[in-house]
Amino acid sequence: MENNDFNPKIVAFICNWCTYAGADLTGTNRIKYFYNVEIIRFPCTGRIDFMFLLKAFSNGADGIIVSGCHPHDCHYTSGNFHARRRWIIFRTLLDFLGIDVHRIIFTWVSAAEGSKWANIVNQTTSKIKELGPYEEYKKITNEIWEN
Amino acid sequence: MNQINEMAIKLLAEKKVQIVIGYTNGSSGKIRPFFANTEKECEKLIFDERCIQNLAIYLLKKEISLLNEKQAILANVYTLRSIIRLAAEKQIKENSLIVITFSDERHLFEFCTFKSIEDYLSNQNLQLSQSDAVLLYKLNHMNSQERWVFWQNKMENCIRCYACRQACPLCYCMQCVVELNQPQWIPVSINKIGNMEWHIMRAMHLAGRCTGCGQCGKVCPKNIPIHILPIRLAEEIKNLYGSITGVSKNEFCEMATYKSDDKEYFFK
Repeated sequence: MENNDFNPKIVAFICNWCTYAGADLTGTNRIKYFYNVEIIRFPCTGRIDFMFLLKAFSNGADGIIVSGCHPHDCHYTSGNFHARRRWIIFRTLLDFLGIDVHRIIFTWVSAAEGSKWANIVNQTTSKIKELGPYEEYKKITNEIWEN
Repeated sequence: MNQINEMAIKLLAEKKVQIVIGYTNGSSGKIRPFFANTEKECEKLIFDERCIQNLAIYLLKKEISLLNEKQAILANVYTLRSIIRLAAEKQIKENSLIVITFSDERHLFEFCTFKSIEDYLSNQNLQLSQSDAVLLYKLNHMNSQERWVFWQNKMENCIRCYACRQACPLCYCMQCVVELNQPQWIPVSINKIGNMEWHIMRAMHLAGRCTGCGQCGKVCPKNIPIHILPIRLAEEIKNLYGSITGVSKNEFCEMATYKSDDKEYFFK
C-alpha cells in the first residue's frame, strides 16, 4: 500500500570524488529528483564506518543510500574495494539480526552519471514510500526517551 | 599426582618456563583459572572435562605479558586456534610460550613452536559444536521478522557487563570503543538500541578474526547466544573467500584485504 502523505527521510553517504560530483552533475543538468535525500559527503567510501549507518537509522532515517566510485575508479586506488568487503559482511550481519536490509541501497555512481544518481534517488524514495516508515527501529530508539 | 602437575613441576624445575597458566578448583565446585609460578602451586593445578575456558586471553594481560617471563599454557583446540590467531596478529612471541594440549584419551603433550600447532590443527576437526550448528541452522532458516523478534527478545536482557569482551582473546584493544566518549558511539545506559549497536559493533570488529571458541556466549550472565554473531560472519567469510581463521600464523584478516573481483549481488 503506497502512502502518499509519507515523506521518507533518506540519508545518502557518498564519496567526494565520484558520486558527489555525479550528484552535482544532476543539478547542473537541471534533472529533477525527489528532495527526500540528505547528502553526507565523505572523502571516500572506505571512510564510511558501519556505525554511521546505524546512527542514521537511530536518528530517524527510513532509508540509506551508500554510493561511491565504481570498482577500479577509486581516487585512493582501493578504498571502494575495502568498502565493498565491509558492506558484504555488514549486510550479512544486519540480515542475521533481522534488520531490514532492503532499506539500505548500495550503489556505484561515477562523476559522469548524473542521470543514474537521479534514478537511484527516485527509485529509493518510491521503494521506501512503499515500505513505509521504519517503525520497528524507531520503536527501540524511542525507548530511550520514554524511560 | 596427575600428569598436569608432574608436567608443570618439570617445566618449572628445568626453568623452561616461569609461569604455568592452568585451572584449579574454585569456590562452589566451579573451575577457575590458575597461575602457578612455584612447584608448590603446581600441585594445585587440575585438568578434567570441566576445564573448557579459553585461557589464551591471559597471555595478553599486562600482569603476565609485562613480566617478560616464559609461559606455559593449557589449551584445547579452540585455545590453540586463538593462540595461532594472536600469533598471526603479532601479539605473542613464539619463543616465550610452551603450549600444553591433550589428545582424545586426555593424554597431555607439549608444543614449543607455532608450526607444530599448525600441523596438529590441520589434522583436527574444526567443525562447529553440535549446539552451535543447530542454532545457526535454526536462525538461518528463519525469516527476517522472526530473527528480529528472536534477537530483540534476547538482547533486551543484556546488562552491558561486557563479559563477552573481557572473555574474548581477540578483544585486546587497550581502549575499547565503548569506553570512548568523544564521540560517544554507543549509549552508556542500558537500552535496546544501545545493546543492539554494541553487539553489532563487537561482531563487526571480530569479523574475519573470530576463531569460534564461543567463550563470549559461555560467559554471558544472561545467556544471550552472542557467540553466534561472529560465528555467522566467519561462516559467510568462509563461503565467500574460502578462508578460516586460527590455522596459520601467516594468515591475514579477510576484512583488511580485498580482491578486485569480489562477488556481490546487491550493488546497483
